[in-house]
Amino acid sequence: MASYKATRIPSFPRLGEKVTQDTLYWRNYKTPVQIKEFGAVTKIDFSPLSPHNYAVTASTRIHIYGPYSQEPVKSFTRFKDTAYSGTFRSDGQLLVAGSEEALIRLFDVSGRVALREYTGHSKAVHFTDFSADRFHILSGSDDYTCRLWDIPSSAEVSRYSEHTDYVRCGTPSRLNPDVFITGSYDHTVKVFDSRKERSVMTMDHGQPVESVLLFPSEGLLVSAGGRYVKVWDMLKGGQVLVSLKNHHKTVTCLCMSSTGQRLLSGSLDRHVKVYSTTTYKVVHNFDYAASILSIALAPNDDSIIAGMTNGVLSVKHKKHPEDRKMVGGTSRHRPAYRVFVKGKNYMPKQDDFLVRKREKAHLKQYDKELKRFQVSKALDSVLKPHVRLKTPEVTVAVIQELNRRGTLKNALAGRDEKGLSILLSFLIRNVVDSRFAPILLTVAEMVLDIYMKVVGQSAVVDKQILKLQELVEKEIDYQQELMEVLGMMDTLFATMTAKKEP
Amino acid sequence: MVASAEVRVARCGGSRINFIEPIITLDSRFLLCASGDAVHVYSTSTEERVHVLQGHVDLVTGLRLNSSNHLQVYSCSLDGTVKLWDFTDGILIKTYIVGHKIFSLYVSKFHEGTVFIILPMESSANTEAFQLVALHLPKTTGPEVEARDILSVLRDVSPIPKATSFGRGGEFVASASGLQLSVYFFRKQKTYRFSLKANDKKGARNRFTCVASHPNDDCIATGHEDGKIRLWRNFSQKKEYTYSTEHWHHSAVNALHFTPEGTELLSGGVESVLVLWRYGAGSKKDFVPRLGSAIEHISVSPDGSLYCTSHKDNKIVVMKSSRDISAIIQGLVKGETIRTDLLIDPRTKALVCNGKPGHLQFFSLRHDKQLYNLDIVQQEYIHEAGLHQCEVTKAAIDAQGSWLATVEERQENPEELDIILKLWAYDESTQSFHLNTSISMAHEGQISAMCFSGDAEATMLVTTGRDGHFKAWLLADHPDAQGEGASWSCDYVGSYHRREPTRCCFSADGSLLAVGFGEVVTVWSPSTWELLVTFSQPPGDIRDLCFGRLSCSKYLLGTTTKNLLCCWNLLTCSLEWSSTVDVILLQPDPLSENMAAFSRASGSTDLFVFKPSEPRPLFSQKAVCSGTVRRAVFAPREEVLEGCDESTQWLSCSRLYFLTEHMELMTFSTKSEEDQIIASSKQLVIDDSVAVTPFYLLLGKHRKSQRETQDSVSSHTAARIQLPQGSPAIRELLHTPAHVLPSASFLCNMFVNSLLISKSGVR
Repeated sequence: MASYKATRIPSFPRLGEKVTQDTLYWRNYKTPVQIKEFGAVTKIDFSPLSPHNYAVTASTRIHIYGPYSQEPVKSFTRFKDTAYSGTFRSDGQLLVAGSEEALIRLFDVSGRVALREYTGHSKAVHFTDFSADRFHILSGSDDYTCRLWDIPSSAEVSRYSEHTDYVRCGTPSRLNPDVFITGSYDHTVKVFDSRKERSVMTMDHGQPVESVLLFPSEGLLVSAGGRYVKVWDMLKGGQVLVSLKNHHKTVTCLCMSSTGQRLLSGSLDRHVKVYSTTTYKVVHNFDYAASILSIALAPNDDSIIAGMTNGVLSVKHKKHPEDRKMVGGTSRHRPAYRVFVKGKNYMPKQDDFLVRKREKAHLKQYDKELKRFQVSKALDSVLKPHVRLKTPEVTVAVIQELNRRGTLKNALAGRDEKGLSILLSFLIRNVVDSRFAPILLTVAEMVLDIYMKVVGQSAVVDKQILKLQELVEKEIDYQQELMEVLGMMDTLFATMTAKKEP
Repeated sequence: MVASAEVRVARCGGSRINFIEPIITLDSRFLLCASGDAVHVYSTSTEERVHVLQGHVDLVTGLRLNSSNHLQVYSCSLDGTVKLWDFTDGILIKTYIVGHKIFSLYVSKFHEGTVFIILPMESSANTEAFQLVALHLPKTTGPEVEARDILSVLRDVSPIPKATSFGRGGEFVASASGLQLSVYFFRKQKTYRFSLKANDKKGARNRFTCVASHPNDDCIATGHEDGKIRLWRNFSQKKEYTYSTEHWHHSAVNALHFTPEGTELLSGGVESVLVLWRYGAGSKKDFVPRLGSAIEHISVSPDGSLYCTSHKDNKIVVMKSSRDISAIIQGLVKGETIRTDLLIDPRTKALVCNGKPGHLQFFSLRHDKQLYNLDIVQQEYIHEAGLHQCEVTKAAIDAQGSWLATVEERQENPEELDIILKLWAYDESTQSFHLNTSISMAHEGQISAMCFSGDAEATMLVTTGRDGHFKAWLLADHPDAQGEGASWSCDYVGSYHRREPTRCCFSADGSLLAVGFGEVVTVWSPSTWELLVTFSQPPGDIRDLCFGRLSCSKYLLGTTTKNLLCCWNLLTCSLEWSSTVDVILLQPDPLSENMAAFSRASGSTDLFVFKPSEPRPLFSQKAVCSGTVRRAVFAPREEVLEGCDESTQWLSCSRLYFLTEHMELMTFSTKSEEDQIIASSKQLVIDDSVAVTPFYLLLGKHRKSQRETQDSVSSHTAARIQLPQGSPAIRELLHTPAHVLPSASFLCNMFVNSLLISKSGVR
């Protein structure tokens, strides 16, 4: 006596993106917190010190936010014109910012008034940062120069005027206090050494450079400009390693995940793309509401913060398993573990004679009915709302099984108005689905055959039948049009191959 | 032409064990069933075959226990003999020669020394008429006795064994034929006949299919074509007979049987459900559902503890009266047709072909036993006549035996075709195939051929479809889909001038693929999918294609529908030779260069075995079998056959099996091989009544060695005992059961003679 074989539900290949480890990781963030700033957010920088506050540069202000606060913890508002590039020093005590007024200001994080002001640039300063030895400030300006300043004396240490266009971005080396890199609108990325008079390395990006980023190892350099993100091998003398073109508008900002495994790029096309730094393939993609100007990742990837042109700061915090526990704190009392293992963890002794319970195969409701040859009931059980709406493939599989058994007609017949309207609504919903069309067309024909005599007795059913007819006619038109397009394409392809041969 | 005296065509196993109803012995330990011209004795507990009772020269048609001695069994056969056997020892006791074809055999307790047999009526010219006769068995000694003492009991009976039944220990006999039920009372010596109308008003088909009589009540149960069961009572009168009708089966009742106490009536049919009707309780019944295949016969052990059903798929199921199945004896499943090729599983060396509907069977040719069934369709089988079932139409196994490809097909009408291509991976841990990939509608039309490439590293499958394409499938890893592992996907779709591909074949190293499109053979390179060369030999479409092997790998052979066997040289791209033979089947030997070609010639089939490089055939035999050969396959031998001369050299590494038109599995055997088998079977004298189970072989050896050590210790006693035990006569005397021995005075002379030491022995 063989056991009953359950109806096989065919699995269809799932459309859309595949779920990978990366999508799971990057989806594990809460819904974003939106903070409205006064203007476009041009720079976000995290403090390296523990609560990891972050400085947001927007319009004429720099706000410092705490990790979970929506209100700024502190703000620097003494700018007369737009501020740029508010950046923390590596000890988290000082903050430097450039501005449209060609000044560079140095702030104490706990203070309010600027500690020092560095004058010398003749045009707006878009890029400021600290050198790795903490005693110098780097700056890049629209006057085509980049300068190195001494912090205590506020004197200019050295000046490089090799760029032939605005200098809008740069980064100091974290390992060598003398080396820094700048990117300019003259399409070049230059590496400077403060011990030398001239730049030591020049790389041609091909587009105005909007952002540069060094890998933690500092062997690789990433530059963004135009639609391209390029990775340069510094140790090979500035050779391009890979050129990525995944955005369809200018890439404005770059950011590295805490492990150095993933690279993020934000663009004016409102997307943030996540690249793997081993394969340089896009592994994930975020969508935002507006063009992105700046992006930053908190240490340990705890939050993603993106600043946009419309002045909105979007803060996404990572979901923590503890949070979920907090939410479901008032969960129902579940049975204890020992309830489930009761009697099952008994270890048989050597002389024990084992008598096993016969394992009972669990069958779904429709299989139980099919096993008893109750075809109408089997069909009823898969026409229940939660089955026919959520898993139409199960319903179709059972219909197919009934058809194989030659009892589909019996199962369809003998339904009242309500049953028939459920069946018709299922048909209307799914008959044009290419996966189900062949069998559902048979069903539709059978339904019309069986209930032809009672047409006109119920307004609901008549309406549905008309709707079904309309749907099928429309589908036929679509298919015909598609065939026409296919024919046109075939002729096009044929002419193309004919040209290629001679 | 080579003389073919050395090689002969032999039947090899796989015969039907469901031809007549099996019987269970009184102690319920053994089950006896007829299998071709032999009777097999199986153990009901271990399913192992204990004895084969060989002696009949034609189909065995009847089998009954001797009512006076429960250790003996009568068998009858179409060769016109009734034989009496001792089944515990597997000894033929007596042969009664009747001289007519015997179609059935019955015994009854009421009539000792008499058996009832069904013979064709001699007098009438009509060969379709049969009669039930009582055969008095003469009590003369001697192994062969002429039995001519025949007394006619009933005329115009059906030759089918289950249409006749003896009731109340043999007081009456009921027999049904067509629409008539005849009951003959032995005491009154009177026959009553009851007829049914051919058609009731409701269109019921009333023909009788089977008859069973209640063991101790005046009641006859009859089964009918429309699924009704009628219980007849009061049939000792012509007019006032009554019957009641029960109806559960939706198609013909194939078998009916009462339990020995008469409390239950068992019935079965196409539905493959055993129905147990309670006798005298109206229509109360129990069911044993899903027995796998249509029930052909039902029998019950004499003590009522075991039920036994024999099924259409060559299977006997033994179940306890508690409805638990205790044993399944499965033979080679043979349907009316075989759609898949015969294949050899490289791991088990088993024959793989269509088995039960929707299954593939793995049949061990060496042990004549089914190893296992692989469920391909994985759907509940609905036993109903006229239903379009899913069938396995193609199967292929790769050279290592690690992949199996199957095609299943279901066609309800010409427009609606369901095709699923399935690929199965061999799992080492469970020792069976597991479904890896299932591709529905792999082709728009039917799949006409399928083959694996011989390349060990990158296995490739090629299918050709009626839609004019051939497709190559490759095993590919999908790194994105985690936890799913490798699966098969389409690599290339090829076509040639919109012709329909019919055959495909890979060269032995997998570097070339030949696809036959109508009358054109195209040769492709599977690595680049470049069309290398085309051959054609019009008119006539390509029927078979195969590459030469080993030293002949430069040849491509093809057969066409217009009686042509062509051999192309792949190096010169030209026709090497061709000959006009109507080859219906071309089969290469995987272990040598040899090819076997079966050709049709006036109602029979001829065989040629040849090497593509040599013009002269190695072996040829006319009229291998009548009718056509359906399928053939070369199966590798376990060990190379030695001592082959030139004409049998082609059989040294592998054996050729083929299926005839009547679905009989045949093979070729050489004389030296048969001699070896006979010699080895003589050595294998085993202890009686113990089944040759693997357990026995293990323990038996151990026991034997124990005995030997004992013998060496007590060598002086052994020397004394050795003499009488060693003599074959004494041995026979001691081992034959006492009740079958002749009188002691008769044996004395023989016994004394055996004790004498012959002169030659001294020298």
